[in-house]
Amino acid sequence: MNSLDSYLFISSMLFCLGLFGVITRRNAIAVLMGVELILNAANINFVAFSKFNGMNLDGHIFALLVIVLAAAEAAVALAIIINIYNNMNTVNIDDVSELKR
Amino acid sequence: MIENPMILFPLLILFLPLISFIIVIFFGKKLPRQGDWVAVGSIVTTFLLACYLFLQMLLNYDPGFSHGASFSWINLGEFKIDLGILVDNLTIVMLLIVTLVSSCTHIFSIAYMKGDIRYNRYFAYLGLFTFSMNGIVLADNLISMYMFWELVGVSSYLLIGHWFEKDSAANASKKAFLTNRVGDIGFFIGIMLLYSAVGAFAFSPIFESIAGGQAIAGTTLTIAGLGIFMGAVGKSSQFPLHIWLPDAMEGPTPVSALMHAATMVAAGVYMCVRLFPIFTPSALIVIAYIGAITAILAALIAVSQNDIKKVLAYSTVSQLGFMILAVGTGVYTAAFFHLLTHAMFKANLFYCSGSVIHSMHHALHKAHDHDTDPQDMRNMGGFKDKMPITYFSMLVSTLAIAGVPLFSGFLSKDAILAGTLSFAQHHPGHFLLPLFGFLAAALTAFYMFRLIFMTFHGEPNIKSIIKDIHESPKEMTGPIILLGSLSFFIFYTLPKNFNPMKDKGWFTDLIVPRNSAVPGSLTANEIADYAHHAHYLAMGLSLVVASIGILLAYLIYQRKVISAKNISERFGFFYGWSLNKFYFDENYNRYLYQPFLRLAHTISWLDWEFYDKYFINGFGKLTKLLSTISGRFDYSGIDQGFVDGFGRASNTVGKLLRNVQTGRLQNYLLFVVAGILVIIIAQAF
Amino acid sequence: MENILSLLIWIPILGAIIVAFLPRDNENLVRYISAAITGLEFIVAIVLWRAFDPVNGSMQFMERYEWIPSLNISYILGVDGLSLPMVLLTAMLFFIGVFVSWNIKKAVKGYFALYLLLNAGVLGVFLSLDFFLFYIFWEVMLLPMYFLIGMWGGPQREYAAIKFFLYTLFGSVLMLIGILGLYFTCGKTFDILLIMERAPEALNGVLWWGMSAAKVIWVLLFIGFAIKVPVFPFHTWLPLAHVEAPTAISVLLAGILLKLGVYGIIRVNYGIMPDQVYWFAGGLAFLGLVNVIWGGLCALAQTDLKKLVAYSSINHMGYSLIGIAAVVAAGEMNGGDLKAAQAGLSGAVFQMFNHGTISAMLFILVGVVYERAHHRDIDGFGGLASQMPIYTGITALAFFAGLGLPGFSGFVSEAMCFIGAFPVFKAIVVLSTIGILLNAAYFLWAFQRVFFGELNEKYKDMKEINGMELFTVIPLAIITLFFGIYPGPYLDLIKATMDQIIEKIAFAASYGIM
Repeated sequence: MNSLDSYLFISSMLFCLGLFGVITRRNAIAVLMGVELILNAANINFVAFSKFNGMNLDGHIFALLVIVLAAAEAAVALAIIINIYNNMNTVNIDDVSELKR
Repeated sequence: MIENPMILFPLLILFLPLISFIIVIFFGKKLPRQGDWVAVGSIVTTFLLACYLFLQMLLNYDPGFSHGASFSWINLGEFKIDLGILVDNLTIVMLLIVTLVSSCTHIFSIAYMKGDIRYNRYFAYLGLFTFSMNGIVLADNLISMYMFWELVGVSSYLLIGHWFEKDSAANASKKAFLTNRVGDIGFFIGIMLLYSAVGAFAFSPIFESIAGGQAIAGTTLTIAGLGIFMGAVGKSSQFPLHIWLPDAMEGPTPVSALMHAATMVAAGVYMCVRLFPIFTPSALIVIAYIGAITAILAALIAVSQNDIKKVLAYSTVSQLGFMILAVGTGVYTAAFFHLLTHAMFKANLFYCSGSVIHSMHHALHKAHDHDTDPQDMRNMGGFKDKMPITYFSMLVSTLAIAGVPLFSGFLSKDAILAGTLSFAQHHPGHFLLPLFGFLAAALTAFYMFRLIFMTFHGEPNIKSIIKDIHESPKEMTGPIILLGSLSFFIFYTLPKNFNPMKDKGWFTDLIVPRNSAVPGSLTANEIADYAHHAHYLAMGLSLVVASIGILLAYLIYQRKVISAKNISERFGFFYGWSLNKFYFDENYNRYLYQPFLRLAHTISWLDWEFYDKYFINGFGKLTKLLSTISGRFDYSGIDQGFVDGFGRASNTVGKLLRNVQTGRLQNYLLFVVAGILVIIIAQAF
Repeated sequence: MENILSLLIWIPILGAIIVAFLPRDNENLVRYISAAITGLEFIVAIVLWRAFDPVNGSMQFMERYEWIPSLNISYILGVDGLSLPMVLLTAMLFFIGVFVSWNIKKAVKGYFALYLLLNAGVLGVFLSLDFFLFYIFWEVMLLPMYFLIGMWGGPQREYAAIKFFLYTLFGSVLMLIGILGLYFTCGKTFDILLIMERAPEALNGVLWWGMSAAKVIWVLLFIGFAIKVPVFPFHTWLPLAHVEAPTAISVLLAGILLKLGVYGIIRVNYGIMPDQVYWFAGGLAFLGLVNVIWGGLCALAQTDLKKLVAYSSINHMGYSLIGIAAVVAAGEMNGGDLKAAQAGLSGAVFQMFNHGTISAMLFILVGVVYERAHHRDIDGFGGLASQMPIYTGITALAFFAGLGLPGFSGFVSEAMCFIGAFPVFKAIVVLSTIGILLNAAYFLWAFQRVFFGELNEKYKDMKEINGMELFTVIPLAIITLFFGIYPGPYLDLIKATMDQIIEKIAFAASYGIM
């Protein structure tokens, strides 16, 4: 379990799962969760590259930054979703197509 | 130059009537008596001036007398027209005729036109006429002669149309002017031909040039001469343009006397006399035939007319034919002599007929009869004792026109017939000329005495009016007496020394024929010589024919031995032709005027309804059609098809692409993923 | 004095601007101001006439300013014996025309503004010696005319106006092509005098599409002018425009605008291509003959009095055409007959002036009766002579002047045209003398139908011609009579210029490329 490959394998799995979630889910919250998965996949990559490619802390710092960003993003996104829900009584993103018209 | 009375007086004679015209037409209504005294005064003055000139002529007794003055009217360097006057014996005699008859007419009209609504205008027009007539007489060149020629036509137009409320008068005036214009066209063409060859308008240079034989000769000269003669055909009412003169009798009778008998219609003869030297022998033959045909034709018509003025009108045409015949046969001084005597007796005949009509008119008016024609001789008869002055004066003039010895007409007609006879003797091929001449002379005697008998002799045909027929007032009888007495021969043969045995008379001595300017023509002496030989034969013949004519008239209309009705029925065909004036008016109407009018209408239709409507507007329509096509191409082709098509195409593509934009995030993402995959796969290979 | 010609052109333009800024409701003020402006114009024209030297046949009072130097366009004005009488006639008729249009009620301000603009355009054409300027004025003239007919005319006015406009525009386009042809062949200049000098050499032997360039240009220019004359196949705008136009405009149309055509032919065609005159003169005389006969016959058939007068214009301009064709008599091959050339050309130019006065008189008189009866049907009157003696008298005078009676100026000029053309075009002249008969026939027939006979009951209250109308006609009548009796003053005025033109054409015969 010490090789880089296994980390990358895990993160790519996680990324694919996230992507799959984002693409297939119609529930906005589920999509948001998919996005979180993708972000976490990226975090794993950062940390893994940081560990196996020299001993500097850049990867860790980026991972922390992403976690913070993800938190902020989740907060904003959830706020938007709540607003959409309040206005349209749904969180299904297919029904929310006001901008298309 | 102008101080010379021989120039000054003719100028005064020319312009006084014009001044009178201007005064009377503009201020006549405001002047006392509507200004007739201005007109009469000025005309009588011109008459006195003409008398002075005439006396001077008699006293000086110079057959070659000639005087002239001219001024430059148009001067363009090379192209020049000088207008001027020419005074010679011919002019002076003619001036005397014009002013004398004009004066008489003025005085006669005072009574005749009394109470007319356009009294002042009538006198003004008379002044205009006298002015223009004097202008013709005095002209020394073709241009001013032509100008006055036309002006005479206008005054004739105005005076014939004096009672323009009547359609017949209005038509007659128009007809007179237009018929004259036909002649004037020929006149003008003649002038142009002469000018383009000779380069001058004045008479004497033209004569000199023709005598030289270089500038113009042969056929050209004949055509030029005939062209100029056409003017005379129109003005002197010769066949085939004679139709206007009888209609012109619609004018007041004094006007008929002055213009359509004595002076204006004689202008054509005067011109031929004046321009005699330019006529070539072949032109003269044509002239002679025109004159002879006119003389016989008009005489034939005159015998059957019942309107007293129509008889006189056709008689005038016939007599003018005599004069033209004389010109054609070369004895043109005889023509002028006849012009002189004819002016006197024919004017008088018209005055007398005017006097009769005047009287009839009043009598009919009193009887409240407005249907009877006061000019129809069938309504007259037996006026002899009621109007003695008129009767005797008319009788004298009739004797003169019939060619009875001791009266003026005998002298002049005899001279003409002698000339014609001698001409035929030397050109036997032209025997018709004297034949027509003598025949016309016999007919003249016949129809004139028919007139006298029907009007003055026998029983009155309308008994109810005869008591109101009375002699006319002094203003009318005065001229009648004066002109009637001028029908005696003595005034024309008055010799220089008052010795009738020794001299032939002032006229023959003073009006000397000139040689023709055309090289190769007979000289004046030769012509006179020939005529002299034929003289006695002609005299005898003319006496015979005159007596036959008078006798026949006497038998038919006075003694009624021969019934006029029987003759007219037996010769019904000829009678019909004569009564209907040989159907000239009808035929002209059918074959000339109507086709002409139709042509005008056709051309106008062609111009407006066809050419403009279809061609010019068609041009417009074609342009419109082309622009519609190009517009359609522009709109549907370029604009709609190409420009809009571009827009439409982008629109369609946009609409198609729009389907990709589902607005669904997942779709987009899917595309992104797919895209990345594609890129990765592409990278891999 | 130096800029008197510019003064003549700019006074009416200024006047038009002034009139345009006058208060709308004060119509009389507009009329008085217009009368004052045209009056002033007339006075200036008279001053010009008095200062003019008739002995000198070339251009006088020349003005020359650069305008668009890059294209060699200048502002050149000048006057000679050919244009001076036309300028005088224009100034006089425009002055008289103001009084003829006194009764115009509709949009008075606009009417007089356009009227003055028209005045400027016409004078500009007569005075300009630069083709560019000439063409501009030619078009300036067209536009006011279009509106004057189209807005103040009779019932068919729009149709008449558009027809007039298109016809004339068609001509001016051809003219423009001709002008450009000259511009490019004669060294890129619009200066007419310079082109006159250069053209004979520059055009000598030049071929366009296998045709002689000079002939092509001649025909292009001729058609442009012929439409204005109007010469036979291009004449149908005239009766319509005349019938529909208000009286004053008919007066100007017949009195002046038709003269522009003959003026143009003499000034431009004769001046620039004297050698081609020989080639075209026969055609010109023939067209003149057709004009005379065709116009006369058409006039005879008319029932509308104004149309009759309009067709009489076509007839009368025919005499002018025959006259200008006579110029070729001066050529060597025709015997160098200067007499005939002088008579013909001077007669034609005199006829332009005379027709100007006579037809103006006729149109004014028709307008007088139209004003009262509201129709112009010749057969619809009858017996007016007993009701309106003064009007009858003056109409008789005008009609007699129109039919070429001696004593009126028309006779002198017509006779001169005939006498001049006779030596060269014998057959044509002889045939066209029928025109004199037609003249008399249609005028006298119309006169009889309108004035003679019993008075038509409808018109027994018709008013006699009034003072203002008399004031417009009498001067014209006096001029007509004066020149008829003594044409000397007019002919002296134009003599020197005519001689110059004839000399040039006679000279052209010797080098001509027939």
